[in-house]
Amino acid sequence: STGFRLASVPQIHILCISLHFLYKYDLQGIGKLAVNPIGDRIISAFFQDGKSADFRSFIRVLAHFRPVEEDKSKEPGASEPINSRLNKLRFAFQLYDQDKDGKISRAEMMQVLQMMVGIQVTDEQLECMTDRAIQEADEDGDKALSFEEFAKSVEKLNIEQKMSLRVLK
Amino acid sequence: AGGLGARTPGGCLLLGLLALAAASEHEGQGDAGEPHIFQIVTFKWHHVQDPYIIALWILVASLAKIVFHLSHKVTTVIPESALLIFLGLFLGGIVWAADHIASFTLTPTVFFFYLLPPIVLDAGYFMPNRLFFGNLGTILLYAVIGTIWNAATTGLSLYGVYLSGAMGHLDIGLLDFLLFGSLIAAVDPVAVLAVFEEVHVNDVLFIIVFGESLLNDAVTVVLYNVFDAFVAIGADNVTCTDCLKGIVSFFVVSLGGTFIGIVFAFLLSLVTRFTKHVRIIEPGFVFVISYLSYLTSEMLSLSAILAITFCGICCQKYVKANISEQSSTTVRYTMKMLASGAETIIFMFLGISAVNPQIWTWNTAFILLTLVFISVYRVIGVVLQTWVLNHYRMVQLGIIDQVVMSYGGLRGAVAFALVALLDKNKVKEKDLFVSTTIIVVFFTVIFQGLTIKPLVQWLKVKRSEHREPKLNEKLHGRAFDHILSAIEDISGQIGHNYLRDKWINFDRKVLSKVLMRRSAQKSRDQILNVFHQLNLKDAISYVAEGERRGSLAFIRSPSSDNMVNVNFNTSRPMGMEASVSYLLRENASSVCLDMQALEQRRKSIRDREDMTTHHTLHQYLYKPSRHEIIQNEDEKQDKEIFQRTMRKRLESFKSTKLGVKHPKKINKTHKRDRGQKRVRAEHLAQRIQSVQAYNVTKYMEFSEPEENEYEHLHTGTGIDFLANVTKQNFTETSGIDNPAFSDDDGQSVYMRFPPWLSNEDTVVPSQRARVQIPYSPSNFRRLTPLRLSNKSVDSFLLADGPEERPRSFLPESTHM
Repeated sequence: STGFRLASVPQIHILCISLHFLYKYDLQGIGKLAVNPIGDRIISAFFQDGKSADFRSFIRVLAHFRPVEEDKSKEPGASEPINSRLNKLRFAFQLYDQDKDGKISRAEMMQVLQMMVGIQVTDEQLECMTDRAIQEADEDGDKALSFEEFAKSVEKLNIEQKMSLRVLK
Repeated sequence: AGGLGARTPGGCLLLGLLALAAASEHEGQGDAGEPHIFQIVTFKWHHVQDPYIIALWILVASLAKIVFHLSHKVTTVIPESALLIFLGLFLGGIVWAADHIASFTLTPTVFFFYLLPPIVLDAGYFMPNRLFFGNLGTILLYAVIGTIWNAATTGLSLYGVYLSGAMGHLDIGLLDFLLFGSLIAAVDPVAVLAVFEEVHVNDVLFIIVFGESLLNDAVTVVLYNVFDAFVAIGADNVTCTDCLKGIVSFFVVSLGGTFIGIVFAFLLSLVTRFTKHVRIIEPGFVFVISYLSYLTSEMLSLSAILAITFCGICCQKYVKANISEQSSTTVRYTMKMLASGAETIIFMFLGISAVNPQIWTWNTAFILLTLVFISVYRVIGVVLQTWVLNHYRMVQLGIIDQVVMSYGGLRGAVAFALVALLDKNKVKEKDLFVSTTIIVVFFTVIFQGLTIKPLVQWLKVKRSEHREPKLNEKLHGRAFDHILSAIEDISGQIGHNYLRDKWINFDRKVLSKVLMRRSAQKSRDQILNVFHQLNLKDAISYVAEGERRGSLAFIRSPSSDNMVNVNFNTSRPMGMEASVSYLLRENASSVCLDMQALEQRRKSIRDREDMTTHHTLHQYLYKPSRHEIIQNEDEKQDKEIFQRTMRKRLESFKSTKLGVKHPKKINKTHKRDRGQKRVRAEHLAQRIQSVQAYNVTKYMEFSEPEENEYEHLHTGTGIDFLANVTKQNFTETSGIDNPAFSDDDGQSVYMRFPPWLSNEDTVVPSQRARVQIPYSPSNFRRLTPLRLSNKSVDSFLLADGPEERPRSFLPESTHM
């Protein structure tokens, strides 16, 4: 269901081979992640329910980052592959939407912005930026971004390239 | 006349000049007979002949462009380059009919020294670096292997056909064919630019073809020189060492050219760092130093195109940051003007040079077969290489892309100039080569240029849309980069981002400090810049809107959502008023309302005290405000992010452990008083005790070395509370100023206090807290190995990774 080829799965299996379960602090131990501004959120994404993740769910998340394949035959009834553009965007959307209400509220957007801009940005600038970001994409005027609005605002970005890891092919 | 002279001193001057002119004329025409009378006005054609003709040609070319664009329909169908060639043919025909000599041709000297550099510099300076370096592998493969393949196959096939006798009798050898193959094989940057800029294919496709056309210069130069030398030596005397030397020279030429470009880029960036007081001539430096890189490389017989391309690529970022906005605009427009002008002249002269019956040699088989071979072999080459590349590329190149790439392999003026450079004595059939080259160039530029647009439309190639930068795109794009970096880290793979991060690291720590002005170094946040640019645009459109409505009064009414009545989303009303604001709007990205006023305003705002005076506009416009300069700001940011992260983890761990969630305040510190909240020390101290050892340990270990840099704590944001708590010796500035509790992860519900409230109180930790922090070194190992920094985003263009941690953390953190 994740689409991984059988051969590449063992490579990632080695990562978790010592543990039947992956714990949060294992990932937190990766030094570089600590200085990634949204590192914590990404770690949380692996652990949807609680503090541990088994191999399956870990792979499920990683599967989002497989490069998009274009030559798949499209069966109209089949569900979209997990690494499709839409699903990649959904993954990113989840990172923003912490309270899982299906919308990115102004506060959530402000949090993300704050995590990502440098420290010399003042708060009023932050506010202005948040308002602007919301206003740019918001179509139904509810001051929050639904998934569709979010997807539309980044439709010009090359998601296939930005969110794919080559080795996961 | 006498009265005139007597009346004014100006008149005297005039007379004096005329006398001088007459005298020189007098001398010059000594042999032509002596004029017996004093001539007031003389016609001195020879005196001004050369510059006059040059200026006249430039004028003709530019006028032609105007004439072409009068008819919109024509220019959409026929590419401008083709039209210019026709014009050239026409003009050449006139000159020929009048004089029966071909007086004007595109000489290689003029081409290589004056016409080509501006175009290539323009290409390099405005190269989208992220795209370029992201596809560098692909580009290099096509440029090197592809060109060699084209050259070899074309040359050998022609030789084979020659041997079979279809071409009749020619005074050629194998080496001549290979030489011809090498100069006809290269895709031409000028032609590619000229045609592709009217077609607008998607960015990746364009960068691959265009990058190939730029980088294949090294191969072309090497092959051309090698075979030229071989032809001179004679086919029989070529030895193995000569071949080997040829191969070595390829590496020397390409890498040397690149190196020279980089050196000059470094020089240029360094120079622009100090041009603060000579703003007027700032743009001059850019052009002069880049041109020098071209000439230096040419002098050392290295690849000049590569040199100037990489000079442009490497200096972009620093030069744009260092020079003033007006200079930046000047540079941009001058470069575009020179490049466009050069391109126009090149194509026109291509047409003119074709009208030269002396060089016309016709050999049906040769010409036809050349055309066939270059097309066929290009297709084969592209297909083969793409097949290989697709194994390594993330985003595959499809059939349509390959078709466009094959079809877009245009030959142009470079080939013509190279063939004109051939020595007639060594290459006996030079005329044949020249004629063939002209025909090939005309064919590709005219025919392929004409048909590529319908082809692209028919194949439904993904087009590029010029769009204004949106804050959302920038923001989310950046977020995606971070996400990918994180995933790369988690899966332990070294991907593109890792290399890019390494480069950004290096750039941040070393290069930017050397090459960029101090003031420029501080204002590098990319998201902020985009926001700033968008605000400027809005300001312009807002003023335009106000003008349209007759008054700016509409702004006074505070709308419900506190925004200006300008819709960000819709396109601006395209009223065709020739008002100043309209013109400014057109150039919104480069020009501000009044550059000087804006700059003044920005400078004054640097003093925070002035903020209040701009309060009215402040509601509507972003203004950059400057904090106090923090000493090691970059490192600070890294630590700050790291601490923030650790803090969050600490908090989440604590909260889950205690089952208690407390409202957190985002703590940003400013000099100004915004509101104060007191943090209860005891409360916090209690929770600290119950924290697991390793969290705190990790925390402390990384925060320890920072104590020396906390000099300006009152201005730094998000200073770590715990770090201050656990340190026995605080800094000189009265201990900890801003214990920061930033909890913005997953607890938005509990964020009761707006983020801009600052806490400027110091928190005095209880003695208990200080003493009883547990410390267990065993958990320290979890943190190794630590790699260097992380961040996403691109090497040159977007380089701004605010977070990184110096390696020095690791060794220092063992003491408690």
